[in-house]
Amino acid sequence: MTRTSLATRGRAPLGLTVAALVALLFLVIPVVAILVRAPWASLVDDLTSADARDALRLSLQTTLLSTALCIFFGVPLAWLLARTAFRGRSLVRALVTLPLVLPPVVGGIALLMAFGRDGLVGKWLDSAFGVTLPFTLAAVVMAQTFVALPFLVISVEGAFRASDERYDDAAATLGATRWSTFRRVTLPLALPGIVAGAVLSWARALGEFGATVTFAGNFPGTTRTMPTQIYVSFLGGNLDGAVALSLVLIVVAVFVLASLRERWLSGAAR
Amino acid sequence: MTARGTRQVRLVGAAAAMLLVTATLAGCGGGGGSGKTKLTVFAAASLTESFTALAGNFEKDHPDVDVVLSFGSSTTLAQQVKSGSPADVIATADSTSMSIVKDAGDLEGSATEFATNTMVVVTPADNPGKLTSLDDLAGSDFVVCDPTVPCGAAAAKVLDNAGITAQPKSLEQDVKAVLTKVTLGEADAGIVYVTDARAAGAKVATIDIAPDLNVTNPYFIGVIKDSAEGHLANQWVDLVNSQAGQGVLADAGFSGP
Repeated sequence: MTRTSLATRGRAPLGLTVAALVALLFLVIPVVAILVRAPWASLVDDLTSADARDALRLSLQTTLLSTALCIFFGVPLAWLLARTAFRGRSLVRALVTLPLVLPPVVGGIALLMAFGRDGLVGKWLDSAFGVTLPFTLAAVVMAQTFVALPFLVISVEGAFRASDERYDDAAATLGATRWSTFRRVTLPLALPGIVAGAVLSWARALGEFGATVTFAGNFPGTTRTMPTQIYVSFLGGNLDGAVALSLVLIVVAVFVLASLRERWLSGAAR
Repeated sequence: MTARGTRQVRLVGAAAAMLLVTATLAGCGGGGGSGKTKLTVFAAASLTESFTALAGNFEKDHPDVDVVLSFGSSTTLAQQVKSGSPADVIATADSTSMSIVKDAGDLEGSATEFATNTMVVVTPADNPGKLTSLDDLAGSDFVVCDPTVPCGAAAAKVLDNAGITAQPKSLEQDVKAVLTKVTLGEADAGIVYVTDARAAGAKVATIDIAPDLNVTNPYFIGVIKDSAEGHLANQWVDLVNSQAGQGVLADAGFSGP
């Protein structure tokens, strides 16, 4: 880790340094600007307004649910991708990754086509059970899960791959079934990766806007999460309210980065 | 060449192909880069059909001009102009959002009223909620615009006038979003402008709102201060106010100012 190669000695070329500095400033200046513009004097009032409180509560509630869903369904999927061999596994992985690169608003329309009242599955849900999803809290959770699940699956799959498969083999030789091997050996070894994946997918769910507003709509208390509230405040000319809520999300982002620093920020040094 | 090298070349090739496809599609969409003068018109979402038609007329009379239309909620557009978005003309669906532009000192002279619009209830063509009157909104899954945008303020007033306290399922960002939720069948009903109901044609069924409960929204148009195309911008305003322009608006369902 402390190895210094010949190539790192001597001065960095000026051109590279300048370009790197531009890149860094470009990323940092907007965040600084929002801190400068923040309505510090009225911050408490802005964050405790009825709208803001509704949005905070709803965001917390829905993201905890969607993160739980991500863990419950995502960990098995990650295990399947990491520990079993089946045909079309790379295709499955590509499908899982799709929402990562898909624009969220496209995800929202896709969810509407699938689970809307007239949708592929939604039509049947409506006629068979009388269940309609759009404009409900469940729809918010679904939109968040849709965009956040890939983050969890990818990180947990990585954790499963990184943990030594020979421990699994050893457990199996000692007579453990595949299920108890998973529960007693594989899962505990991958736990740090699962926690990291959960934090990451929670952060993604918290920031989810495009799919939510398209699929779940926008109503205070039921579907208006923090990002939607920020958007509505901004458009309604309430910049202070929008910036105040944005600060909360920035603080959360910093916290997430700090908690993942072991896994991410030191990545380059390893 | 190594296997890895081949793979990288293929990846770069695929990326280049995607870029080409995207660029070609973008090229087909508009007359970008054609060297024409651009006239940028910001207009309320409810003006989509009529202003698109008028842009065709305008470009026929001015072959060297490309009219770029941007539709959205009046509030959004006003905020965009206020934060320096490069528009030459703005047309809003109420006086409140025009005031945002005027108060920010972004208006050349004053805005003029050029049309009025009223509200109507729309349902999907098959009317799954079986609504027959405005009052039936109370027992249905209906959507309206957010009260911060003109169509939402009008819808809120209509509900208030009718004494309906039932809450909508969602507050959409502009009137076209309300219409989409209804035409998709996601909502039983929505409150939109008469003009949007007409534009949607057979995709929706309409239920009239009694005149004493209805709300009339005045539409305003103004030229943006320091517009690079001030002369053309004024000609656009003239077209909207002309007999031809008023005819197009009347066809869309607008009433005179």
